[in-house]
Amino acid sequence: MKHYISVASLLMILWLLLSGHYNPLMISFGVVSVCFTLWLSYRMRIIDDESHPIHLSGSLIKYWIVLSYKIFLANVDVVLRIIGVRPVEPQLIRIPFPKQDDLSKVIYANSVTLTPGSASIEIYPDSVLVHTISKEGATALLEGDLADIFPAKATQSNEAQQ
Amino acid sequence: MILDWLSYTLITLGALLSVIGGIGLHRMPDFYCRLHAVGVTDTLCSFLILFGLSFQAGFSLATVKLFLIFAFLLFTSPTASFSLSHSAWKWGLTPIGVREDAPSMKIKVREES
Amino acid sequence: MTMFLYVIGFSILVTMALALARALAGPTVFDRILAVNMFGTKAVLLVAVVAFVTGRADVLDIALLYSLLNFVGVVAALRLVERGSFYATERIHVKTKPGEKL
Repeated sequence: MKHYISVASLLMILWLLLSGHYNPLMISFGVVSVCFTLWLSYRMRIIDDESHPIHLSGSLIKYWIVLSYKIFLANVDVVLRIIGVRPVEPQLIRIPFPKQDDLSKVIYANSVTLTPGSASIEIYPDSVLVHTISKEGATALLEGDLADIFPAKATQSNEAQQ
Repeated sequence: MILDWLSYTLITLGALLSVIGGIGLHRMPDFYCRLHAVGVTDTLCSFLILFGLSFQAGFSLATVKLFLIFAFLLFTSPTASFSLSHSAWKWGLTPIGVREDAPSMKIKVREES
Repeated sequence: MTMFLYVIGFSILVTMALALARALAGPTVFDRILAVNMFGTKAVLLVAVVAFVTGRADVLDIALLYSLLNFVGVVAALRLVERGSFYATERIHVKTKPGEKL
């Protein structure tokens, strides 16, 4: 239930920000379309812990801040490799997931792909196949560069559900 | 005034990064490496350009829209590049310069099916 | 200010031209789709710059829409490449009983 309340408030805020008109007619249109969207997603059964992880919001913000710093460093690295200051040495490695539930796997593989210089290309049940542009990036990933900063709370509520 | 110059610097850096990404699309040796070049233009370049433009807009709805554009780009780009690289891998495109002990093409059969 | 944004728009156009060249020259179909993906991302940024050149904030809505459409387009093109044909021949040849796994 709290998922639906959270989704409804987010959608309403989005409507208000995107429309820019605040007369009663437009706001009632917004309420109608938010209710329609909620009804559709209720029928599709797509709103749960996985698609809308509110139990993670606090730790995810901290994760994003660290991740954006790492993305910045990786960007500088890849730019130097493109203009030829550093060599291009493609590597293919298989790294295990830090956590075993589906949501953590998705977040981890997405973070790996979002970082330039490493891209996940295949998901196995226990690990992910990663293509990196350099040997340094490959060793850093194998040593747990991203896995160390992974939010520890990610598994708890999911394991409790199972 | 300072904000103006800050936004000019950010936008110029972003445009520079986008051109570098375009050059990287031609300099990189194979498909999987080009994926990383596109990753640069998807993350830092779009961030710098949109962030610099939001300084020009000031506090208004335009800033929120720029932030939303950036958020959509950030959420969709890893999904798009994962589905690209995954279908290239399943199709059988081998990356160049891969070590001998790397997972061979035989491993790509999915275990669970 | 406007002159500066013209220069920025021009450099984004140069990037789009480079991406189009890769889309034309790409050895595999995945290179082409990758180049088209980058072309779409740059088009979003170009529309955002154009919004500030003309001074009309409404144009940003188009950029917002285009960033989503671009993603859907790339995934749809990839589905087509994965299936290899327009969902036509494969379905005729696959013969399974209902409930049976492929």
